[in-house]
Amino acid sequence: MQSTFSRRTLLKALAALGPATVAGRVWAAPQTQARLLVVFLRGAYDATNVVIPIGSDFYYQSRPMLAVPRPGSNPAKGISEAIALDGDWGMHPALRASMLPLWQKKQIAFVPFAGTDDLTRSHFETQDTIELGQPVNGSRNYQSGFMARLAGVLTETRPIAFTDQLPLVFHGGATPIPNIGLNTIGKPALDERQMTLISKLYQDDPLSASVAEGFHVRDDVYQSISRESAAANRNAVSPKGFELSARRIARLMRGGYNLGFVDIGGWDTHVNQGGSSGYLADRLTELGRGLSGFTDEIGPEVWRDTVVVVISEFGRTFRENGDKGTDHGHGSVYWVLGGGVRGGRIVGEQVKVAQATLFQNRDYPVLTDYRALFGGLFRRMYGLDQTALQKVFAGVQPKDMTLV
Amino acid sequence: MEVYVRTAAIFALAGGLVAASPSAHSAPPAASPATSLDPIRVLDCLTFGPAEADLDKLHREGLTRWLDGQLHPPRTDVLPPAAQAQIDSLAIAQKPMAALVADIAEKGKALRDITDPDLKRAAQQAFQQSLNDFAHQAATRDILRDLYSPTQLRERMTWFWFNHFNVHQYKADIRAMVGDYVDSAIRPHALGRFRDLLGATLHHPAMLRYLDNAQNAVGHINENYAREIMELHTMGVGSGYTQKDVEELARILTGVGIDASPQNPRLKPELAGQLVRQGLFEFNPARHDYGDKIFLGHHIAGRGYAEVEEALDLLAKQPATARHISRQIAVYLVSDNPPQALIDRMSETFLHTNGDIANVLRAMVTAPEFAAAAAHGKFKDPVRYVLSAVRLAYGDKVILNTAPIQAWLNRMAEGFYNHQTPDGYPLAESSWNGPGQLALRFEIARQIGSGSAGLFRPEGPGQTDRPAFPQLQNALYFSALKHELKPTTVAVLDQAISPQEWNALFLSSPDFMR
Repeated sequence: MQSTFSRRTLLKALAALGPATVAGRVWAAPQTQARLLVVFLRGAYDATNVVIPIGSDFYYQSRPMLAVPRPGSNPAKGISEAIALDGDWGMHPALRASMLPLWQKKQIAFVPFAGTDDLTRSHFETQDTIELGQPVNGSRNYQSGFMARLAGVLTETRPIAFTDQLPLVFHGGATPIPNIGLNTIGKPALDERQMTLISKLYQDDPLSASVAEGFHVRDDVYQSISRESAAANRNAVSPKGFELSARRIARLMRGGYNLGFVDIGGWDTHVNQGGSSGYLADRLTELGRGLSGFTDEIGPEVWRDTVVVVISEFGRTFRENGDKGTDHGHGSVYWVLGGGVRGGRIVGEQVKVAQATLFQNRDYPVLTDYRALFGGLFRRMYGLDQTALQKVFAGVQPKDMTLV
Repeated sequence: MEVYVRTAAIFALAGGLVAASPSAHSAPPAASPATSLDPIRVLDCLTFGPAEADLDKLHREGLTRWLDGQLHPPRTDVLPPAAQAQIDSLAIAQKPMAALVADIAEKGKALRDITDPDLKRAAQQAFQQSLNDFAHQAATRDILRDLYSPTQLRERMTWFWFNHFNVHQYKADIRAMVGDYVDSAIRPHALGRFRDLLGATLHHPAMLRYLDNAQNAVGHINENYAREIMELHTMGVGSGYTQKDVEELARILTGVGIDASPQNPRLKPELAGQLVRQGLFEFNPARHDYGDKIFLGHHIAGRGYAEVEEALDLLAKQPATARHISRQIAVYLVSDNPPQALIDRMSETFLHTNGDIANVLRAMVTAPEFAAAAAHGKFKDPVRYVLSAVRLAYGDKVILNTAPIQAWLNRMAEGFYNHQTPDGYPLAESSWNGPGQLALRFEIARQIGSGSAGLFRPEGPGQTDRPAFPQLQNALYFSALKHELKPTTVAVLDQAISPQEWNALFLSSPDFMR
């Protein structure tokens, strides 16, 4: 590790912050207990129809086909209303069963107008921007993702990506960071002797650490999943899709892994995205079920020290397009969940949702930079000082949004 | 067997390309390491992995002639009869795409009329199965060509261009289209002109369906395809175009779509002459925005379909396009960080030759920077890994079933036509050599190495396995590969207790990964 975060720096960071900000509940536990899972919705989810500006007439004018009806508006039979979060904002009804209970327990906060200063409106470019977390106009180092840098400034961290390919966000770890797709895991095919021989093949190779970590993770994940099949016999319904992955992730993160990343695709809704029901609603149901399955599986004790952040590369056009869908936009809404999260709130700088406040008369503006948000969160979760935070996000002033 | 001693089989590149002598008795050419090309490395870069026949041919012909043959192959190449027969027997090889798409549409329609829930479910499954079969067959054809075509470079470039102009099989009915997309839009132009390739993808229903341009019409603008053309297919992101250019291109592309109906759309008489139909492709003037556009600083007079061709001409000529394409090719074939000088040479050639891909590739291979850049060996992506292993293990003994290969590639997250987003699979090594992937790859190495793994049991019920053992310790191994192994690899291979284990270890070795 490049720079290790020691108890001494923790104490220094505590002193620098002053007592008032040391009250977050994650502080009560040793910092190594903290767990972070970043969930990336790839394809730019239509945040405007998920955390819905129910207070805005302009929203209802702009989306005649797609808008989710206001709470209490008594829409036609078969169409559900938004669930009021406060006077200005509502939640998509597909999240009623999964996320509303967390909101009521004040364990989920939403950060509207969040995103990046990347204006390409390109999925791939902006996903890269977010995962790298480097200044937008500088030259890019594709061997340095922000979660890899975070892992570098923390001690006793065990990062892992629950993806088939290693995501950019974890590129460039001081020690190689593992990735593992959770849907293709079977019984390990190699015996102890063969694994030893293969490790020997790589003893002088730059990939030797990756090989060792690969065997290690393979074993961990298999152990964890075989326990699940035993447990599954006692459960009536076996989960599928993202919920299955999310529950597996929870078990692995309840064990040793404490810095995780997972992505979910299918959010690029240019055509027929639906309103209260339909395509997007179905995706939300699956996402919500997964996240609530994660909460359930990780258990109340660990959940207290766990933070899940749901992000996406950008928002979508505020107005619907001609195909009952939405096109690439700018500002998004991020979700922050956890047992120690100060939730039940809409957090961060806001503007009234109206035509005059749209960015380029098209999209939500970005008022909260994702790096500032994460920086502030990391300071609270891990007690990182300015030097450490600068290693994660160079040149960014962390924003303390008192999320935990 | 040790005919080709490694040092003797090195190509000299002094003042142009000199053919190497195949004989170990001739003196080694006096070339500095930076300008010498190891034939095995050449094959690693330009084929799906060295096989004995390729190395023989390369030695026989010398690099210049061999490369000529690769860059200007006959339009139809000669596959081994056993491979060609398998391809010819596929349904997708016997029916044109339009018929497949029409069949599927009809089945889909019939589905809607079924009211009994059980019958409906069964019919839905059958419907999905027939779609899956089409994509499976397309992958079979690609895999057989990748393994056995003598014009390997065209096959590698076919994979590359598909990935560059990526479509995802699971969107709508694209599974019925991918085979034709490869065969009629991509492969014929894989070594031809970039502009033709760009045009062919634009005219193909798979692309128009995938990126929603079939829904792009005046008053109902859909920017999706316009954006990806600029960002991924041609100029590349951050190369100087603006959001306004994307919007203008989207307007130019209005009316470009798909029409499976035998009847022409009903049009006002003054527009009827503007209709363009070509297979399933249609330019529908009633859906087009006839206003003038300003695109990339050029005034484009609103006049119908000709605007589309004008915009593609402009895009194909941009220096940014030349740079973007050259870089992508070099990253795919040579290394993650190709030297700027190499990319410059390639993009200059691209601009001088009007985007002639064969010439760009020749510029790459003959550049003085090539040998050093290629010397390291690029970590294989899963496709190259599996195909190179099968090519080495079975040589010209043609496999009878590609399903195991398709399954391995899907497990390793690089299945055919299976990347969901238009950016295609990543080309960087670091996307494929993480701990999780390595562990999985060793398991697949074991499967490939320990027996025929189903590759010689033809698909379908009642077929019997005609097992063949993977012969990795073959003539090519002894003549060339063995001499390149690292001492640690040799030491570990010596500890193998069975041919199966030897195979698994060899396929797991760092030497074979690159």
